[in-house]
Amino acid sequence: MSKERHFSNRLWSIVMTVISVLYMYPIFMVLINSLKVESAISTSTAFELPTAETFAGLENYENAIGTQGFLMSLFYTTFITVTSVLAILIFCSMFAWYITRVHTKVTKALYMLCAFSMVVPFQMVMFTLSSMADTLKLNTPWVLWVIYLGFGAGLAVFMFCGFMRSVPIDMEEASMIDGCNPLQTYFHIVLPLLRPTMVSVAILEAMWIWNDYLLPTLILDINKYRTISMLIQFFRGSYGRVEMGPMMACIMLAILPIIIIYLIGQKYIIKGVVAGAVKG
Amino acid sequence: MEKAIKKYWPIFLLPTLAAFLIGFIIPFLQGVYLAFCQFTTVRDAAFMGLSNFSRALSDTTFTHAFWYNCAFVAVSTLAINLGGLAVALILTRAIKGTNIFRTVFFMPNLIGGIVLGYIWQILLNCVLSLLERPLLALDPTAGFWGLVILMCWQQIGYMMIIYIAGLQSIPDTLIEAAEIDGATPWQTFIKVKLPMLMPSITICLFLTITNSFKLFDQNMALTGGQPAHQSELLAYNIYYTFYGRSGPQWRGIGQAKAVIFCIIVVAISLIQLKVTREKEVQQ
Repeated sequence: MSKERHFSNRLWSIVMTVISVLYMYPIFMVLINSLKVESAISTSTAFELPTAETFAGLENYENAIGTQGFLMSLFYTTFITVTSVLAILIFCSMFAWYITRVHTKVTKALYMLCAFSMVVPFQMVMFTLSSMADTLKLNTPWVLWVIYLGFGAGLAVFMFCGFMRSVPIDMEEASMIDGCNPLQTYFHIVLPLLRPTMVSVAILEAMWIWNDYLLPTLILDINKYRTISMLIQFFRGSYGRVEMGPMMACIMLAILPIIIIYLIGQKYIIKGVVAGAVKG
Repeated sequence: MEKAIKKYWPIFLLPTLAAFLIGFIIPFLQGVYLAFCQFTTVRDAAFMGLSNFSRALSDTTFTHAFWYNCAFVAVSTLAINLGGLAVALILTRAIKGTNIFRTVFFMPNLIGGIVLGYIWQILLNCVLSLLERPLLALDPTAGFWGLVILMCWQQIGYMMIIYIAGLQSIPDTLIEAAEIDGATPWQTFIKVKLPMLMPSITICLFLTITNSFKLFDQNMALTGGQPAHQSELLAYNIYYTFYGRSGPQWRGIGQAKAVIFCIIVVAISLIQLKVTREKEVQQ
C-alpha cells in the first residue's frame, strides 16, 4: 500500500470517528435529560448536562417503572413478539414448502398473494382488520400472534420460498422413498436446512413486531394492555401536561434491551438483514 | 412426491392460510368494498358509489399530503441512498475501526418509529429554539427537513449494510483489471463498481421508496401533521380521516383515500422494480 493511501485511510478513520460520535449524540441527549429533575427539562436546555441542582438521580426511572407500568409493557411487548415470531417461523415455513413443492394454479396464486401483501400499506386494512379482530376476540396480547401471522406472512413466505427454490429436491425424494411421510420429511430434512433463513426471517419480523405501533393500538384496549410503543405515545397523548422526565426514562428503557440484544447478536442481525434484502 | 405432499395440505397450508384470510385477505376485500360505502362500523355500510372517491380527491389536506409525500420520497430516497453508499465505500477501504463504525451506523434502525420521532422532536426543537426560529409544530418546512434528517439517521445504516455486501461481492480481479488498464479511481467507480452494484441499488431504492411512502409512526411522533395538516404524509392523513374527524361520512372517505394510496404504492413499486431490473448487468 502506498504511503499516500495509508495517510488518506487514517484521515478517513478520524472523520468516521467524529461522525460516529455525533451519530450517537441523540441517544446520549435522552440519557442526560432522563437524569434531570422535571423543572429543568425544557425545550431550549435539552443539550445542557445536569448540574448539582438539576440532577435527579434515578427518580425518573423509578417513576417510569413504578407508576407508569413500564415492566408490564415490556412483558406484553416481549410476549407478543416471541409468540408471533415463533408462529410465523413454524407455520410460514411449512406453507412455503408446500407451495414450492406442489405446482398447481392455487399454490401459484397463493405465492402471488403473499408477494402482493408485502406492498399493501397497513392503512388499507387497518379499520376492517381491527373490527375483524374484535369480532373474533383476537383483541388480547395472548392471541395477537394470529393477526401478526396473517399480516406478516407475506414477507416470511416470500423469503422461505426464495431459499427453497435453491435447495435440490433429491434429499427430500430420497427420504420419501425410504418411507418418511411428508411431515417427517419436512421436520427431519427440510427444517434443518432452513435454519439460516429462519434466523433472517426471525430478525426481520421481530424488528417489525417489537416496534410496531399502529396495529396494537387499534386492536388492543389501551386501558388494559400497552406495548412499549403504545406507552410512549400514551405519555404524549394524554392529560394535557406531559411529564417529560419519566418519558425520557421510558425512552431510555425502551432502547436499552434493543441495544443489548443488538450488541450480543450483531453478527446474526447484520447477516439476516443482508440475506433478507437479497432475497426480497 | 407431489401427490404425497398434496394429501397433507390441511397440516401445511391451513394454519397460515386461515391467519392470512383473517389478517389480510378478508380485511383487504372488505376494505375495497367499504370504500364505496358510507359507514361507521363494518355492519352499517350503505352503498354510495364513487362519491367517496370524488370527495377524497377534493379534500385539500389529502392532495397536499400527496405532494408533500412525493417531495419527501424524492428527497429522502436520494439522501439515504447517497449517504448509505458513501459510508459503504469508505468502510470497505482498509481503515481501522470498520466494525465499530458499522455497529454504530446500523443501530438506529432497531429503534421504533415512535421513539425515534420523540427523540428527534426534542433534539430539533432545542436546535430551533437556540436559533430563535419557530418550533417544528409551527413550521411545515422545518417539519419536512426534520423528517428527512430523522429518516437519514435511521435508514443510512440499513442501506450501508446492503451496499457493503454488494461491494464485497464484486470480484477483485475486475477492479484490478480496470486499474491495470489505467482507470482512475473515479472511472473504476462509475464504470465497474456502479454497474456491478445495480442489484443492491434496486433493493435499496425499493426499500427506501416504499418505506418513505408508507411512513407513519415517525410522522405522527415528530410533528403529528401540525401546523394545520401542513406536514401530513398520506398514511397519517388517512389515519386522521378515520379516527380524528367526527361525522358519518369520514370513514368512507378515509377508506377511499386508503384505496387510492394502496394503488399508488403498488404502482410505484412495480414501475420501480421493472426500471431498475432492466439496468442490472449479468455477471
